[in-house]
Amino acid sequence: MSVSSGITGKQTGAVSRPFLARLDQWWLLALPVFLFLAVFFLYPTSIILLRTFTEFDAPQSGGLDNLAWFLGGEANRTILFRTILVAAVSTILTSLIAFPYAYLMTVVSARTRTVMLGAVLISMFFGILLRNFSWVVMLQYQGSLNDVLVALGLNRIRFLGTMPAVLMGMTHILFPFMLLPLYAVLRGIDRRLVLAAQSLGATPSRAFWQVYVPLSTPGFVAGSMLVFVLALGFFVTPALLGSQQQSLLSQLMFTQFDKTAAFGRAGAMALVLMIAATVFVVLGNAISRTSRAYEAS
Amino acid sequence: MHDNVDAGRGSRVILPLVCILIGIWLVLPLAIIVPISFSGEDSFAFPPRSWTMRRYLELADPVWTGAFFNSVVIGIIVAAISAVLGTLAAFAIARSQSRLISFLRILVLAPQIVPVIVVGLGVYLVFLRWHLNGTMTGFVLAHSAMALPFFVIPVVASLQTFDRSLERASASLGAGPLATFFQVTFPIIRPAVLSGMFLAFLASFDELVLALFLQSPTFLTLPVLLYRRTTDTIDPTVAAVATVELLFVTTCVVAALLLQSRRLGREAIRNE
Repeated sequence: MSVSSGITGKQTGAVSRPFLARLDQWWLLALPVFLFLAVFFLYPTSIILLRTFTEFDAPQSGGLDNLAWFLGGEANRTILFRTILVAAVSTILTSLIAFPYAYLMTVVSARTRTVMLGAVLISMFFGILLRNFSWVVMLQYQGSLNDVLVALGLNRIRFLGTMPAVLMGMTHILFPFMLLPLYAVLRGIDRRLVLAAQSLGATPSRAFWQVYVPLSTPGFVAGSMLVFVLALGFFVTPALLGSQQQSLLSQLMFTQFDKTAAFGRAGAMALVLMIAATVFVVLGNAISRTSRAYEAS
Repeated sequence: MHDNVDAGRGSRVILPLVCILIGIWLVLPLAIIVPISFSGEDSFAFPPRSWTMRRYLELADPVWTGAFFNSVVIGIIVAAISAVLGTLAAFAIARSQSRLISFLRILVLAPQIVPVIVVGLGVYLVFLRWHLNGTMTGFVLAHSAMALPFFVIPVVASLQTFDRSLERASASLGAGPLATFFQVTFPIIRPAVLSGMFLAFLASFDELVLALFLQSPTFLTLPVLLYRRTTDTIDPTVAAVATVELLFVTTCVVAALLLQSRRLGREAIRNE
């Protein structure tokens, strides 16, 4: 790092200049976006988070009551725990499915790769709502998946309204967000390193697991960050494939808005959700920095 | 290509097989909607026992066309706003040496990280005060903030590989900054701008959660209508909408991939 900034004199100069002088003319271009996002994104987001401390529905009356209500209630804690668990399981499932697919994409011919990428893109761009609808149709009691079970000599299962149904839908919908960053990293791995390990006596499978898989870590980290954070706030899939009895956090938040208009309570949930997401993103960034530093050394 | 690199000999057969299964898992749930949309029955049994075009005729109903029209108009305006604001932001992110720019990068990408349900609650409260709930302006403004990351990411990537000596050459030949932008820079980043606009349009066209907060009895978008028709009782007309959208998305993806592989092919020939 110090070597590269020594070569490009521009950066070294920028560091020695006073803080404000670094506002070069390119930064002015960002002002409209900055204002736009401040008014229509940052302001609304902070408003709802602040409601945690300013709006109260009886029996809450002030201070940290809303947070205490959310974190203190047995039922609410269960929902929070279930939400984090579902997000973690979807992250694991998508990475297990994405790895072989992304790996094969890096070894096949350009034409096959285009077809494989096409399947992912079509699934990704086909609306989230319609993909959920597809799963509602698939998972019906008289639906196709149950037909397959019957053909295999098994009994029909009531999928809709259960956690497995929600996980099936979420894994399918979040898959592209794991695959694309993972593929971007796998494409850049120098496969001669694996060959080198083999020429030094490692068996092919040992070379694969000890050289190739560790090199793919940044892809898993980037994909997991996206999938986990998106899954934490997922609303449509649990609402359509799950049930009210086993709801996730976003459903509970929507109910606070829709049924009781209790924005203070919704704000407390939003705050906890944001903290969970931020912790995960910071953690992910730290891991990818360490692995980059490890590679550089 | 590079042989001997995979986990073992067994994977030569197993890996493609696994990936074909994954491919089927990706596409089959979407494809199964197509025959269902022609089903004469109100159940979703497969295969259907009788066939009809009725679902498609029902799409002519003003409820459906109105929601579709709203979604398309909102999506187009969002794509245009994202293009103008997003191009400016992409230039700032790609070219500024300022250290504040990392803050801007986080701010522009934040709408993708902050859960939509949180933004939705906040936007509802703020837009209630500004009388923007249930209006097209409200939808456009809220969706534009969410769509910006989809536009900025590809355009920044394209600007980072951009050879800036082309701009200096243009300037040294006497072109002003605007002429240089429109005649040199823009034509080169145009593919990224177009795909960014397409992604921004889709992000808005497909957006449901903000829409659930912003909708009113008199103003809604296609995803809100689809959501209502899937939650209360499942309306088979949704399958017809899905089939039409599947056809549209497949056409777009196939066309884009064909164009790209043809361009890469031309470049390969030129490089030889």
